Amino acid sequence: MARTRTIRVDSLARVEGEGALTLEVRGDELVDARLEIFEPPRFFEALLRGRSYEEAPDITARICGICPVAYQMSAVHAVEDAFGVEVPPEIGGLRRLLYCGEWIESHALHVFLLHAPDFLEFDDAIAMAKKHGDVVRRGLRLKKIGNRILQVLGGREVHPINVRVGGFHRAPTRGEMATLEDDLAWAVDAARDTVEWAASLPFPELERDEELVALRPEREYPFCSGPIASDRGLSIESASFLDEFVEDQVAHSTALVARRRSGGTYLVGPMARFALNADHLSPGARAAAAAVGLSPDERNPFRSIVIRAVEILHACEEALGRVRSYEPPAVASAPVTPRESVGHACTEAPRGILYHRYRFAADGTIEEARIVPPTSQNQHAIERDLFAFASTRLDVPEDELRRGCEQTIRNYDPCISCATHFLDLRVNRS
Amino acid sequence: MARRPKLAVWKFTSCDGCQLSLLDLEDELLEIAEAIKISHFTEATRRSQRGPYDLSLVEGSITTPAEREKILQIRRDSRRLVAIGACATAGGIQALRNFADVREYLSVVYANPDTIAALRDSTPISEHVPVDFELRGCPIDKRQLLEVVSAFLADRRPVVSEHSVCVECKRRGVVCVAVLGQPCMGPITHAGCGALCPAYSRGCYGCFGPAEAPNVSALARRWREDGAAPDDVVRMLRTFNAAAPAFRKESDPRGSD
Repeated sequence: MARTRTIRVDSLARVEGEGALTLEVRGDELVDARLEIFEPPRFFEALLRGRSYEEAPDITARICGICPVAYQMSAVHAVEDAFGVEVPPEIGGLRRLLYCGEWIESHALHVFLLHAPDFLEFDDAIAMAKKHGDVVRRGLRLKKIGNRILQVLGGREVHPINVRVGGFHRAPTRGEMATLEDDLAWAVDAARDTVEWAASLPFPELERDEELVALRPEREYPFCSGPIASDRGLSIESASFLDEFVEDQVAHSTALVARRRSGGTYLVGPMARFALNADHLSPGARAAAAAVGLSPDERNPFRSIVIRAVEILHACEEALGRVRSYEPPAVASAPVTPRESVGHACTEAPRGILYHRYRFAADGTIEEARIVPPTSQNQHAIERDLFAFASTRLDVPEDELRRGCEQTIRNYDPCISCATHFLDLRVNRS
Repeated sequence: MARRPKLAVWKFTSCDGCQLSLLDLEDELLEIAEAIKISHFTEATRRSQRGPYDLSLVEGSITTPAEREKILQIRRDSRRLVAIGACATAGGIQALRNFADVREYLSVVYANPDTIAALRDSTPISEHVPVDFELRGCPIDKRQLLEVVSAFLADRRPVVSEHSVCVECKRRGVVCVAVLGQPCMGPITHAGCGALCPAYSRGCYGCFGPAEAPNVSALARRWREDGAAPDDVVRMLRTFNAAAPAFRKESDPRGSD
């Protein structure tokens, strides 16, 4: 009988939330790769029942300290879908600006502090800063500028307080907005340098073939709108999300795990967005991607760090344009009248599409809530990447294999608190 | 050279936002890492050193049997332990289960609820181990966090005010939103945010929890006089600090101790 062994990382670091990883090896063959999630559940879908529609953005923001804006945006769009609220375009523009802030903050955190140390073989960004001080400082300043947008428009970085159904509680003044301009002009240059730097990192070889799912609006890089599309011809409205995608409970995870109803797996996030929407990037971001040879056909998950850098550049350019042309809107929010209804929305969290669905009573009380976060959609793809990565590398020293597997997981910037839901790498060798 | 103090950051049931506040100190982070040794901080580093630690920052509430055991060990390993954020100091938004049936909650989210380990209540760290300081907020304020870390490493008490948001609001010169007719929790809510919501023309929603000696009943009476329904009053008090004693007492007069 073949010898079995287990290779394991009990507590995966530099991800958001708590998880572990286990590889099961029989003889020379990898038989299973599992991403285990043991983040304790918080039951958001249950505790939202009986709350007012007005509370949905502030309560769901607490699902994730890193991407609260994504939760707020999916929540407000789902409520507005249910009540038929018409939101003026200027408010839509401010929402895109807020989302730019979160993408810059979240992507810069991931690219510089969480993911780059893998490529350069450091345990963390603080150790990395001793050799690559300029890079880490540039990352911290970019991150800070993303957070500055959240402060000006949202009141604070984590769990912003200014978002409401219909728009904002108060629109920033022209003067408040102008304080962002010089920083963003610097950020555009720093982000362009970041694309070049990220593309120069050493990438392990891996070619994957998953269905790529993202929003695909007609005229812009996706944040808050657009049908859900895939590289294999899917094109549906958010209202049909649950017809196409289902979530299963699995024994090794407190996160529910999503798949296509037809049985296939898929992935969401930067690689999917870029593959489907590269033509909608800002001119500078498009040029920077082309300059480093990044194409929409890119399928090496390790190169997602370059795509994140391109998205940082896009977000900086779009934000700068919006700040420069800003005129305070006539009203900060559109009128909202609750009605008995169901509403759906998907928006693009930094890690991929985030689906919300609510059913409301006539007075706007939430009767039912359903939330499908990006990380539970990516869990299958992560496990399949791990399997593909580890199966050809079982002969490398175990510690090196562990590091490589951790890096494979970090390609997805998993947000485990969102998915419930943490990481721990175990390799069982038999 | 003097020994660098050892810092550990721990996560229990939470959203990660409060520990992220440490990484959000972008201008000070590298300097902090020079002055102190970050010995355990899973979100930031894959290196983890054993205790004892000079200071542990603890985020999150206790909601599982495993968490209940883990906090005991962390307390034994830590010279000072500071609970950070509404989850760690009051149970967080997930403490709404304390007012409901957790098994029913499980069945709403999971197809096989029996396989998920969850305690009946979500409880603050202080219900399980002695805590040297509680830093409030959902999320905490990163400037206050810097003050707390500096103070404990210098063996002094942190300078963190316990008065209400109203005091901060007056200092900031913001027009009172309650006078304009919006329900506002400012009079009973712990300071720390700098009166953020009123500065954005909305009523405070109490994310820093109760101020010192708040008169919650009087404020609830006032909301009722201004036309709030009883359910609205309960909802106002039951958000991110729902299980904090002062808020719980008013929202659930029969259920409190």
